[in-house]
Amino acid sequence: MSLDCPGDRLLYQGAEWDFGTLRAIHDACEEVALGELGLEIYPNRIEVISAEQMLDAYASTGLPLFYRHWSFGKHFAHHEAMYRKGLRGLAYEIVINSDPCLSYVMEENTATMQALVIAHAAFGHNHFFRNNRLFRDWTDARGILDYLEFARAYVAQCEERHGEAAVERLLDSAHALMSHGVHRQLRRRAPDLRREKDRERERRQHDERMYNVLWSTLPQKKAATPERGTDERRRALLQLPQENILYFLEKTAPRLEPWQRECLRIVRNIAQYFHPQRQTKMMNEGCATYVHHRILRRLHEQGRISDGAWLEIIHSHSNVILQPEFDDARYGGINPYALGFAMMQDIERICREPTEEDRAWFPDIAGSGDPMPVLREAWAEYRDESFILQFLSPHLMRKLRLFHVVDDSAEPVMRVEAIHDEVGYRALRRALARQYDPAWLDADIQVVDVDLDGDRRLVLEHRVSAGRLLEEGEARQVLRHLASLWGYDVLLQEVDPATGAVLKQHAVSPPRL
Amino acid sequence: MQILDRRLNPRGRSLPNRQRFLRRAKALVQEAVREASAKRDIRGADAGGEISIPLHGIREPSFHLGQGGVRDHVLPGNKEYRAGDEIPRPPGGEGGGGSEGSPDGSGEDSFRFVLSREEFLDLFLDDLELPDLAKRRLVEGADPGWQRAGYQVSGSPANLALARTMRNSLSRRIALRRPKPEQVETLREEIARLEAEGDDPERLARLRLELEQALRRTQRVPWIDPIDVRYRRFEPMPRPVAQAVMFCLMDVSGSMTEDMKDLAKRFYTLLYIFLQRRYKHVEIVFIRHTHEASEVDEETFFHSRETGGTLVSTALEEMRRVVADRYPPAEWNIYAAQASDGDNAAGDSQKTARLLTDVILPVCQYYAYIEVGRESEHGMPGFPRGPTDLWRTYEQLVAAGAPMAMKKVRHRREIFPVFRELFAKRAQGEEAHA
Repeated sequence: MSLDCPGDRLLYQGAEWDFGTLRAIHDACEEVALGELGLEIYPNRIEVISAEQMLDAYASTGLPLFYRHWSFGKHFAHHEAMYRKGLRGLAYEIVINSDPCLSYVMEENTATMQALVIAHAAFGHNHFFRNNRLFRDWTDARGILDYLEFARAYVAQCEERHGEAAVERLLDSAHALMSHGVHRQLRRRAPDLRREKDRERERRQHDERMYNVLWSTLPQKKAATPERGTDERRRALLQLPQENILYFLEKTAPRLEPWQRECLRIVRNIAQYFHPQRQTKMMNEGCATYVHHRILRRLHEQGRISDGAWLEIIHSHSNVILQPEFDDARYGGINPYALGFAMMQDIERICREPTEEDRAWFPDIAGSGDPMPVLREAWAEYRDESFILQFLSPHLMRKLRLFHVVDDSAEPVMRVEAIHDEVGYRALRRALARQYDPAWLDADIQVVDVDLDGDRRLVLEHRVSAGRLLEEGEARQVLRHLASLWGYDVLLQEVDPATGAVLKQHAVSPPRL
Repeated sequence: MQILDRRLNPRGRSLPNRQRFLRRAKALVQEAVREASAKRDIRGADAGGEISIPLHGIREPSFHLGQGGVRDHVLPGNKEYRAGDEIPRPPGGEGGGGSEGSPDGSGEDSFRFVLSREEFLDLFLDDLELPDLAKRRLVEGADPGWQRAGYQVSGSPANLALARTMRNSLSRRIALRRPKPEQVETLREEIARLEAEGDDPERLARLRLELEQALRRTQRVPWIDPIDVRYRRFEPMPRPVAQAVMFCLMDVSGSMTEDMKDLAKRFYTLLYIFLQRRYKHVEIVFIRHTHEASEVDEETFFHSRETGGTLVSTALEEMRRVVADRYPPAEWNIYAAQASDGDNAAGDSQKTARLLTDVILPVCQYYAYIEVGRESEHGMPGFPRGPTDLWRTYEQLVAAGAPMAMKKVRHRREIFPVFRELFAKRAQGEEAHA
């Protein structure tokens, strides 16, 4: 018995694994993640599933249980066809932002892949979910699974009571508006009655302080703009303008029944739950990739992962962070894994071995030694856009050879606005950050008014930025859905915010039943 | 930390969603199935497979920004550009190696997915507007027969082979010398008697020892051990080999339009599916004819055009030749289906009728004639189109009691009634055989 035989420290050998292996891998990862990297995670729950179940999970946007709708069947059919033809492999894991944190791992994975997946999802994503401000403020990890169960049962019950067709129509409409069913600013705090009393007193005190008898001697203007006053009041009562269209419909649409409002609320809550994921996709993947890389490298150094397995890990890892160049046939946008991982490694480099340039650009963190506090802070407090604005270094811009092209449809050619050089760094960084800003990517559409005295027409406004109008065909289809929910005519105006000029109008009437 | 095994969870969780999707896209899917089945071989008609439907019908719309306006692209991998350089816009409008175009060009306007065999067949038959009962008979097929085939060591409790199990148990008990219950009982009685008498303590002690050993052995050697247990084993029984050949006869002269041929093809397909359910092995022979007939492959049969007159008897001659050559009626069930627009050269009718009654019908299980016409064909008002030459000829045969079915078909929904006769006939025939 030689205890120091290197094989004895290995967590596993070969590709085979069992539940004991998974547990050993998890415990080893946990040791590094919590001890060395100082991560803070939700308790883990790892579920082993088959390929078919993975396709199932894909179809319902990765959620473990969900209400029924034909669109999920469509996605399933699509993924299945791609998978069968071998055009696309399956993800190795899916992880759910919940407490405990659910990770699905596929049974086909080799032991090494399971190690990679556990380090990636159960520690990397898990830490991000638990600590990032957007997730903490906007999602309820503890409640999501119960809520999904409720949603599934509620929609099923509605189908029983009101018929599948009615529910399907409603969900179709709600799904069409899903992208505009989120609150982007912090939600209002629930009204607090004790504070309400204080506020009332404050108002009175304010009036008393400001009272001056001189004001009463001014000649009264006769009902200057009564119209305007009622307009303002109406808008205030309806909480307009409102960017969350589904919320507005749920609260004010005159012809919806209570169950329909509840279904809208379900769709809206799910949309809200996913909203942070869109804003942090790059960071989230970067964080998970960085974490799995650190953890597995350490396990390899400790001799707990064999050299062969380490090669397999490097192979998968470099596939994941592959960034084809723009003129490559494989190019499909900037790979969030690649950019996230590169930036985090770059931060590590700046902390450990800064150059003069880094000291000038990042005086706070350059040479601080351990990158983990900086990274943990970044993972907690930033989203993709602000993370790039803050941390993308000239070094990395040069390494990726980034350049910024402006495509103005009014011009005959596109123009290179900035490249990775001294004059271009800041502009380049701003431009890249903007590509991750939902406020720039999504159309800014708000409900602005309702004609309460007349035909109850709902008026929406799209504040056009940079001359980018809505895609007309789809916009009309969405408006038809909106009109059927609202029950009356709907008007969408595309407005240039600078001049207030209306660039385009779409008017739609609800379908007559 | 928890690790759970979800692999055994019930499968097909997404099935309801899939059904909803198919129902939603039914019109589109049906159209696609119709197209696919027109393109396929008759033999592949019920195989399931990939279909493609237009994306616009099942689009989930959302607000998004369209083309135009000012767009920014930040791209990796700069090679030669400097600030201020101008780049011609790539064709297609999407700038800077845009990310939205799909490289194979197929993803954008059509949606491809795979239908299972059942789904495909269901839609195909639905399209023919088959009655549900008939549809079920076609889709389900016959259950395979099961035959007892020895014993196995695992199985469901319902299949426990009790006698065999007990026999194994008995031989094991004998081999391992498990004391019989009677022996133990005798020992007990003996001991009780000796205890009561109390005059032979030596023998009593020996007997007690013996009893103890016997009991220990009884415990150690169980009455029934898992290795004794046997279950009845079943094997799927190959159904008696039955083979059928299906002759497709068709008039391909210029008067047969593509629509007519399509109707005929549907008829042949349905017949093929039907025969496949009944026979293990089905062969198809395609015979086309104008004023002369020849055996051809399926592609030529449906798609090549011939010119010439119309002599139906030539096709029947050809069929007779093929039957004599390759399909002895004693070994093959022969089915024939003829499609035509009803034209036949004057003077050929007699020959045709004679061939049918004397040669063809006696060897056939079933002979179907469908007369295809255009859907919009109404004939001149006041001049109703009379029966065609061929129709008149065959009508006489049927009136004389010949075993054949004939039908005029203008629309695909009219195809099935021909089969109703086929079903009825078979039922009668089976009774007659029994």
